[in-house]
Amino acid sequence: MLKEIRPAIVVLVLLTLITGLAYPLAMTGIAGAIFPNQAQGSLIEKDGKVIGSALIGQAFASDKYFQGRPSATNAPDPKDSTKTIDAPYNAANSMGSNLGPTSKALADRLKGDVDRLKAENPNAAVPVDLVTTSGSGLDPDISPAAALFQVSRVAKARGLPETSVRTLVEGQVEGRTLGLLGEPRVNVLKLNLALDALKS
Amino acid sequence: MTVIGWIQILLFCAILVALTPLVGGYMTRVFAGERTFLSPVLRPVEAAIYWVGGVDDKREQHWLTYTVAMLLFHVAGFLFLYALLRVQASLPFNPAEQANVAPDLAFNTAVSFITNTNWQNYGGEGTMSYLTQMLGLTHQNFLSAATGIVLAVALIRGFARASAKTVGNFWVDITRCTLYILLPICIAYALFLVWQGMSQTLGAYVDATTLEGAKQTIAVGPVASQVAIKMLGTNGGGFFNANAAHPFENPTALSNFVQMLSIFLLGAALTNVFGRMVGNQRQGWAILAVMGILFVAGVAFCYWAEANGTATLNALGISGGNMEGKEVRFGIVASALFAVITTAASCGAVNAMHDSFTALGGMIPLINMQLGEIVIGGVGAGLYGMLLFVIVTIFIAGLMVGRTPEYVGKKIEAKEVKMAMLAILAMPLMMLGWTAVAAVNPQALPQLGNSGPHGFSEMLYLYVSSTANNGSAFGGITANTMFFNITGAVAMFVGRFFMIIPAMAIAGSLVEKKIIAPSAGTFPTTGGLFVGLTVGVILVVGGLTFFPVLALGPIVEHLAMLAGTVF
Repeated sequence: MLKEIRPAIVVLVLLTLITGLAYPLAMTGIAGAIFPNQAQGSLIEKDGKVIGSALIGQAFASDKYFQGRPSATNAPDPKDSTKTIDAPYNAANSMGSNLGPTSKALADRLKGDVDRLKAENPNAAVPVDLVTTSGSGLDPDISPAAALFQVSRVAKARGLPETSVRTLVEGQVEGRTLGLLGEPRVNVLKLNLALDALKS
Repeated sequence: MTVIGWIQILLFCAILVALTPLVGGYMTRVFAGERTFLSPVLRPVEAAIYWVGGVDDKREQHWLTYTVAMLLFHVAGFLFLYALLRVQASLPFNPAEQANVAPDLAFNTAVSFITNTNWQNYGGEGTMSYLTQMLGLTHQNFLSAATGIVLAVALIRGFARASAKTVGNFWVDITRCTLYILLPICIAYALFLVWQGMSQTLGAYVDATTLEGAKQTIAVGPVASQVAIKMLGTNGGGFFNANAAHPFENPTALSNFVQMLSIFLLGAALTNVFGRMVGNQRQGWAILAVMGILFVAGVAFCYWAEANGTATLNALGISGGNMEGKEVRFGIVASALFAVITTAASCGAVNAMHDSFTALGGMIPLINMQLGEIVIGGVGAGLYGMLLFVIVTIFIAGLMVGRTPEYVGKKIEAKEVKMAMLAILAMPLMMLGWTAVAAVNPQALPQLGNSGPHGFSEMLYLYVSSTANNGSAFGGITANTMFFNITGAVAMFVGRFFMIIPAMAIAGSLVEKKIIAPSAGTFPTTGGLFVGLTVGVILVVGGLTFFPVLALGPIVEHLAMLAGTVF
């Protein structure tokens, strides 16, 4: 049995170097050469400064912007490091709410959000993705229904005709991959960038 | 439920079935030691490893030596990973300046990764340095997966060989599995994932200034290389806390679809390897059929439950299903399908938060793991888990007709049945026993994220997932405490080795037996009767063991939800 110790150590060390070092470093090099944009995190720059990633949602509070889904991410409380505070779209600490179907906290949150959205736009059904948090807390997308739901608010805040904002949203809808996989969606950051471009 | 949803599910099944014999054929050649198209590149590397390690690749091992080699390999891997976690702050590739990992968390994590569980009591981007992610976690993803595969192959040799003494050479099998199967697929796969938008960089986290002027720190890293093996090897440990729900860890609907396929790919192919090695591919297809029936039933039920939404949403007039904890780009169907796949296999990656599933939708992942992850299962582990159930089924069939049972020409006798039952009984002992201990432990209860029956389900899920070496979680529970770290590690350990060692003992016992030609009295194991009987045995054993605990958790929660109760 003792003669199995040498291969145990040697095979572990060599396979570790191959799979744990050579493989990820080679992948980093090759990916950086072929797909530099994706490898760095699909970053979007504006005036030479990074304003975010096309794949990572960000928090929008202003009425002038389309808003993403609620986010359950948090951050350490600066006053007391054993506690956390709400920090939506914290891209250094992805997480979902993990609230279950019979959670009172979830029921209360849903009711509050639904009431607020109904007051904002009484003419349309509230889309489910606008009141539920995503699994990552960083969902970059909303459903087309959720974008259209916000058109009247954004148009009003910007003093634009609703039809032009609606046309903009419809142009930003990404369909299912190959017409089959996933769900139709609108990337909120890209939509808002297009919206800013529309004004100027 | 929608037509396009069902088309996605059917497409998934069709592609998987088409790939099974292709990959199975290749794997069979690799483990037979034959030349493959990659040999010109890889054979020198392989030979060098044997030379340095003093391995004679022509010399095979008795099952005990094989098992000891496997255990020593685990011990060395555990010590290495534990040490790395404890000193990562002093090592390079740590731009986010992560601290050393605390002893109990490092212990839990090391056990978690060597057992192919990849339960995470930590948040990836907030705890682990890049070096740890690569050298510690990525490499254990390879090696624990390879271990599972080679043990299944050793067991298959037990069935396939007549009157032999040896079941293969562990060092040769693990080296060939890593070099010829896992690594080449991962290289192509990682590049595909980067193309889809996955990050692969050693650069520091990015500071962005958002459109509204706020500061956003975006965690990046060498993600794609780890995710490729995490999926292919049914490991499931995420680079990020949110795992495959994180946009960098699963950027598009296409990356999601391919990730789902890659979870099942090698496990499904191993059923074909089994068929080829015992000389009749229909034996493999029969096992895949048993798995397929249980899988499709689980998918249909989970999809239905999630598409129905929750009582809270329905009362507010919100339609569109239960989207809490799910991503828009995947929607209901791809989230439900992923959840069933990841728990049917012992993957444990999640693209939606299982804790926020409906009570009945979240029960399917629980059942999948409680049955021992035999529906495709973890790479290797799924096949040997299923073969244990097959042995019990054959034994029961033999009792019915009063004849010594046999399977693929091997007599199944008392020793095999005892070993199979040992494995089948050790699992519920860990799953139910530790849940019971936690439920009466006053230190454990404040860690729950939800109250009422859902809180009970969180604890149950923790020990079921740990024992089954899955690694997914009802994540609301804060399990990074001394109690959960230690008890969870024990569950993972027993769940892995009380499955592996009996399976290897069966391999050693079977390999010495001669192969009997089928006669008129042989129970055919390639037909519908065998498939139906095996499904029945699995459901009866699972049902008798786990129905009471499911009644206390998800079922009572569903009834409470219908009555409009919240906790």
